[in-house]
Amino acid sequence: MLTLDKLHIQQGDFTLRADFTVPHGALCAVIGPSGAGKSTLLAAVAGFLPPAGGRILWQGQDITHAAPGARPLSILFQDQNLFPHLSVTQNLGLGLNPKLRLSTSDHAKIAAALTRVGLADLGARKPAELSGGQQSRVALARALLRARPLLLLDEPFAALGPALKSDMLALVAEIAAEQGTTVLMVSHDPADARTLCSQTILVAEGTAHPPQDTAALLDHPPAALAAYLGA
Amino acid sequence: MRKTLMLAGLLAATSAVADEKPVLTVYAPDYFTSEWGPGPAIEKGFEAICACDLKFVAGDVLPRILLEGERTEADAVIGLNTDVTARARATGLFAPHNEDTSILTLPIAWTDDTFLPFNWGETAFVYDKTKLANPPQSFQDLLDAPDSLKIAIQDPRSSISGLALLLWVKGVYGDKASEAWAKLAPKVLTVTPGWSESYGLFTDGEVDMVLSYTTSPAYHLIAENDDTKVAAIFPEGHYFMTEVAAQLRTTDQPELTQKFMDFILSDAFQGMIATANWSYPAVIKPGFLPEQFAALPRPAKTIFFDEAQAEALRQPALDEWLAAFGK
Amino acid sequence: MAGRVRQIILPALAAALVAGLVLVPLGAVVIRAGGFSALRGTDLSALWFTLWQAALSAALSCLLAVPVARALNRRRFAGRSVLISLMGAPFILPTIVAVMGLIAVFGRRGAVNAGFAALGLPNVTIYGAHGVILAHVFFNLPLATRMILHGWQAIPAERFRLAASLGFGPGTVQRHLEKPMLRAVLPGAFLAIFLVCLTSFAVALTLGGGPRATTVELAIYQAFRFDFDLGRAASLALVQVGICLAALALAARLTAPPAFGAGLDRAPMRFGGGRALALQDLLAIAGAALFLLGPISAIVLRGLPALPDLAPGIWAACGTSLGLAATSTLLTLALALPLALAAPRHPWAEGAAMLPMVASSLVLGTGLFLMARPFVNPTSLALPVTLLANAALSLPFVVRLLIPEVRVLQADYDRLAASLNLRGLARLRLLTLPRLARPLGFGAGLAAAFSMGDLGVITLFSDGETKTLPLALFQLMGAYRMDQAAAAACLLTTLTFALFWACDRIGHHADPR
Repeated sequence: MLTLDKLHIQQGDFTLRADFTVPHGALCAVIGPSGAGKSTLLAAVAGFLPPAGGRILWQGQDITHAAPGARPLSILFQDQNLFPHLSVTQNLGLGLNPKLRLSTSDHAKIAAALTRVGLADLGARKPAELSGGQQSRVALARALLRARPLLLLDEPFAALGPALKSDMLALVAEIAAEQGTTVLMVSHDPADARTLCSQTILVAEGTAHPPQDTAALLDHPPAALAAYLGA
Repeated sequence: MRKTLMLAGLLAATSAVADEKPVLTVYAPDYFTSEWGPGPAIEKGFEAICACDLKFVAGDVLPRILLEGERTEADAVIGLNTDVTARARATGLFAPHNEDTSILTLPIAWTDDTFLPFNWGETAFVYDKTKLANPPQSFQDLLDAPDSLKIAIQDPRSSISGLALLLWVKGVYGDKASEAWAKLAPKVLTVTPGWSESYGLFTDGEVDMVLSYTTSPAYHLIAENDDTKVAAIFPEGHYFMTEVAAQLRTTDQPELTQKFMDFILSDAFQGMIATANWSYPAVIKPGFLPEQFAALPRPAKTIFFDEAQAEALRQPALDEWLAAFGK
Repeated sequence: MAGRVRQIILPALAAALVAGLVLVPLGAVVIRAGGFSALRGTDLSALWFTLWQAALSAALSCLLAVPVARALNRRRFAGRSVLISLMGAPFILPTIVAVMGLIAVFGRRGAVNAGFAALGLPNVTIYGAHGVILAHVFFNLPLATRMILHGWQAIPAERFRLAASLGFGPGTVQRHLEKPMLRAVLPGAFLAIFLVCLTSFAVALTLGGGPRATTVELAIYQAFRFDFDLGRAASLALVQVGICLAALALAARLTAPPAFGAGLDRAPMRFGGGRALALQDLLAIAGAALFLLGPISAIVLRGLPALPDLAPGIWAACGTSLGLAATSTLLTLALALPLALAAPRHPWAEGAAMLPMVASSLVLGTGLFLMARPFVNPTSLALPVTLLANAALSLPFVVRLLIPEVRVLQADYDRLAASLNLRGLARLRLLTLPRLARPLGFGAGLAAAFSMGDLGVITLFSDGETKTLPLALFQLMGAYRMDQAAAAACLLTTLTFALFWACDRIGHHADPR
């Protein structure tokens, strides 16, 4: 259960407030107009942006000031999810042990994760030798290995084609269901939100609203969202 | 810039051998202790008679003494030039040398009882006789030579020979020194920080003449069997330069230090100066100069300003020099 | 919060050490002198000459480096990497040796004038203010070229690919990719060179043609050695520190961080371009190679014949110099890395790293001597003081080389590393060192070469027994042995370059790209 307790984010003139709880195991879309602060919200939860006020709690425990790597979450960025000078195996290994001292069982786990995302045998490659879709899969496989209870997706699949993107999102949903992961997923595509996410957080006009039923929200969008959706 | 870099640690182990004997610490300039300088021969000669360990500390002799003051570890210094003796004397740190200066064979009278000359020479412009067919016959000739004649000199602010040239010009031209510099300046291809760079320019053929010493040709004659390098001898006279030694008042082994001062005027020391330092020994006895060395032409007149005169002339002469090149 | 504090402990220590090394000795000299003394008229003209020649030298070096770096970046040819390494040589040559080489090419009896004479053209002279600037460009063009080339290489290949796909011509590529990169790199390059030229001493003296080319550094030397006026020396040293700080502040305002984003380390693309561009690049590369390599070849050729005559003592001096270089290089890197990593967030780290550039070695040495003297015999400190001073003197260059790449590294990978909890030594080993291998190798090469060529920072600490190669070279010159000195110069040049090249290659080799 992720709780944003009167969270207040300030970046220059830009202000974002959030005060709600995301239930455990939820697959939750984050939508809203461009520049409304969707990525900012995720950055704050992930610990890259110290909030101006309020608290972030996970299962009731205050993680507002925890270092990013110490938080119970994995995040996939829009890009730069992999270190280009490390092999796929090493990139995955960082998810298990940041010192990269990998045991035999770690290697087995990495191989299993690679197989799980459909990249068996590509462990020795460098990221540049992979396609965009394959790179996304590696990043996802690392999140799988880290097995953190919260997964933040800041549009990591935006660059992929529609079919590939659907595949990846389906994979995310599958893995999340298996591991009971809570997912916050920034999306620009209402269809994605509708098919995958029962809940949606609307970020607009300086506020991240509490999660609400996706279908209801999209069927009867408030003015700010309506303008964005072009409905 | 002449700077030394020395690693005490690396060689500390090797110098621990003679720890039984007393150590005589002598401050000397950089060039002195190199294997091509007079240091090694002096060390060998003195240690043969003193039952001690002579230790040269190479570097900036006087600045170091000035900074250390009473607490200096030096027993004696060697290799000071007359341009700094006034300042050295003013420290009150030096004791009389107690040597008989009447045995000195310098071209000038020397009565200083603190600073003891051990070698000498005179400033001169050196040229290659195969390349310069009509060398200037006098200082005035040099001033009147076409500006296409190029010379290299040293900066008086960083080089003792450069300072000697200032005094040389002052000695020859007196109040007319400014005019002399105005005529000389266009022939000065460049001014180098030290003697070495100038001399390198000369041996590479970059300049026709270089400010050096009357004794410079001796090196080429004796060590290289080369008789093409010649010092131009000017009837107006040449400026006298000498290097001196002195003992510290603060030494805790005055007898040993005095022994070193005695050694400086000994035959063993004086006899090796000519080819170790390429200058005249302060005491010339038969056999002290190799044949070719003895045959070098000598100026008819030697110019020298004593310490007080030189100190008084230094700044005005420098200002004249700067003004001549500032145009 | 504790993590933040822990992160700045190392850089803060390094900065304190460096700042202390530069400023405390100055303070010691001031105290000994009993205060500052007034400057003279000649000091002011020295200051003016110093400033304008440094600015002009830096501007010319940067201006000429742009076409050379661009050509080297977009052309691939056999021997390219060797040429790039070789062209770095002038920067690392000891001054005295480099001046010998320049005179052999541009002097009255040099190759250039011989060529002019054959063509019936009038002689050109290298002596004068223009000679000083020519020499400074000779020294610093390699630095500027390397810094700009690093900048070019830091633009991800993806951006060039994008540019090509959008049909950008050379002009458009220049506007969108090269100009922002140059905006980011040039102020730093200019500043570094400006500061190098600020403290020029032997070059200005030998090629300056006379006292008109007096620099502040020479004025300090004069105050110390000619006038024994510690107070004036301290005033002049303070002026130098002031100029350095002003220049740093200015450069900090002018430096715009590049914003190319990260790439995936794809191989750089071959650049087609037209025939005119190819010719332009050929001229830039050939011209620079001739200008930079001519004098160096002259030194090597001049020294070769006398190599067998060198006394055996020379080889011991070689060993001493090499050992010294290796140790002070390690020390440099140990100081440079924490400072460079802290610099993007803490401007003081960069400021501290730049300070040694304006430290007059005379003031430094005298101050340290005054401080050490009451406690120990300075001679026993010769080794640590020499190593520390050597390390400090190359620190500004190494840090300057690292900072742009550290910025890129942090912009691209800080968040990812943080999200993976990649910290401390693991981060150093897995992220920092691999991504910075190239500039680290290059920087290590510079530090090693500077140490090799150093005549000895602190003469007051010398013990008169240990000899380095440059000192042996100087002593040979001082003892009329010009041929042997030339041989020692040849040896010094070759060894210095070999050391630099080895470090640079190791850096390239360790770069996983």
